[in-house]
Amino acid sequence: MKKEIICAGFGGQGVLTAGMILIHAGMGQDQNVLFYPSYGSEMRGGTANCTVKVSDKMIASPVSKHPDILLALNTPAVEKFEPCLKSGGVLLVNSSIVPKEQKFREDIHVIKIPATDIAAEVQNLKAANLVMLGALAARTDLFEVDYLEKAILEFFEKKGKGIYNEKNASCYRQGVRAAKGQ
Amino acid sequence: MSKVLLKGNEALAEAALAAGCRFYSGYPITPQTEILEYLSWRMEEVGGVFIQAESELSGINMVLGAAAAGARALTSSSGPGFSLKQEGISYLVAADLPAVIVDVMRIGTGLGDISQGQGDYWQLTRGGGHGDYRTIVLAPASVQENADFMSEAFELAEKYRHPVLIASDAAIGQMIEAVEIAEFQEHNIDKFGWTVKGCKKGDEHRKIQNVYYTHPDYEAFLRGKYKEIEEKEQRYEMIQVEDAEVVLVAYGISSRVCMETVEMAREKGLKVGLIRPITLWPFPTKAFQKALHARLFLSVEINILGQMADDIRLAVKGKVPVVHYGSIFEIPEPEDMIKKIEEWLNKEEV
Repeated sequence: MKKEIICAGFGGQGVLTAGMILIHAGMGQDQNVLFYPSYGSEMRGGTANCTVKVSDKMIASPVSKHPDILLALNTPAVEKFEPCLKSGGVLLVNSSIVPKEQKFREDIHVIKIPATDIAAEVQNLKAANLVMLGALAARTDLFEVDYLEKAILEFFEKKGKGIYNEKNASCYRQGVRAAKGQ
Repeated sequence: MSKVLLKGNEALAEAALAAGCRFYSGYPITPQTEILEYLSWRMEEVGGVFIQAESELSGINMVLGAAAAGARALTSSSGPGFSLKQEGISYLVAADLPAVIVDVMRIGTGLGDISQGQGDYWQLTRGGGHGDYRTIVLAPASVQENADFMSEAFELAEKYRHPVLIASDAAIGQMIEAVEIAEFQEHNIDKFGWTVKGCKKGDEHRKIQNVYYTHPDYEAFLRGKYKEIEEKEQRYEMIQVEDAEVVLVAYGISSRVCMETVEMAREKGLKVGLIRPITLWPFPTKAFQKALHARLFLSVEINILGQMADDIRLAVKGKVPVVHYGSIFEIPEPEDMIKKIEEWLNKEEV
């Protein structure tokens, strides 16, 4: 299995962290992983994105022309990357920020998650990315729901930020629930 | 050691320390700044010296000083910053000094831009500074090779008392992959007799200077050194070349895309193979002697002028056509490459 994922949003929404968590989880299952961030002037105050590849085969290019999954935390992310998403691919949209009127392609699966609102309810504002990862685990075959939760908690534990893990887990699980309800 | 997730630039920096490098001086420039950033805290932990110099010139010349004292010394840069290093590299060669210099290639001429490129091939392989010299150039194609080539680069540099260049690029420098860093080794700064390390009263002072002034048979010495490197140090990888009609030639990030291209092409029944030069100089001419049955060599590079294509033409001596496949704004895509390959294969004459 080879999956290509793009995570995109505003700087500060944790899109790069979401990507890092995915490769951490992939490596934990002995898969080949690759993470390629946008870098340079793009990161100063504007949008941020990263490309993630997880595969049981060798990974060639670091760029993804036609990703399988798009994690879009804001409207520019939808506008920039939705057109290149693979037909039949999965678009996870942060509907707290992307307006209701936004039109989407017909040939992809669109899953709308009010990630920023959920994160605010849990009083874990920075964790909209984890809500989105919950939705990703629930609606794609990339990782088992329980496994990705374990990987997330381990990721923050290793960073010395384990004290927030209860709230992190809560955000993640709410993301899973919100996505399963659709 | 187990695998860890590291950025290419960070893996290279950590591997340099593992290889016994205890001196770094350089100046920031995207996309290689993480090498400085990482070493700025990590070098101190291992008891080495890190200096953010006031310029690239200062950076390379401090490396020259450290190399003269026998240290495993490193500097790195990119784009215009790498151009500024050239004078110092020429001086390192003249004085027979080992050092490792990393070029994390970015695109373009002049200021250019910060995305990945392979436009420094000529500068890297022809002796980018003044004078009559070349340097060994190693071209990593993954985060793992960014790490693995550091110890090899220092070994080669000391074996020939000659600077060694690492031709990395922005993609390999910026991307994160799982990587295994080799065991730490200690480098003895007093290992070599030729280094400057003080002398007893009455002994003649040891000097590090242009070997031209001191060598009894300088011309023969130079010829011998370069000839030996060309004979002994060609490194390359060959993938499915035995029966290939089209042989792709690529290094660094381009070679990874080519590996996928070969796989996809074979699935379609197209006989495509790959030669991946690991040393850009000495250019692996030996690989091409085993591939002269091909109908076409395709030099896949992230540049417009087809720089490596020159070396392929010299290696195949006009026996097989060589075509350049390049762009500067994007990493090539396997699908696009296969379309081109099919076009060429369908033509009667190339």
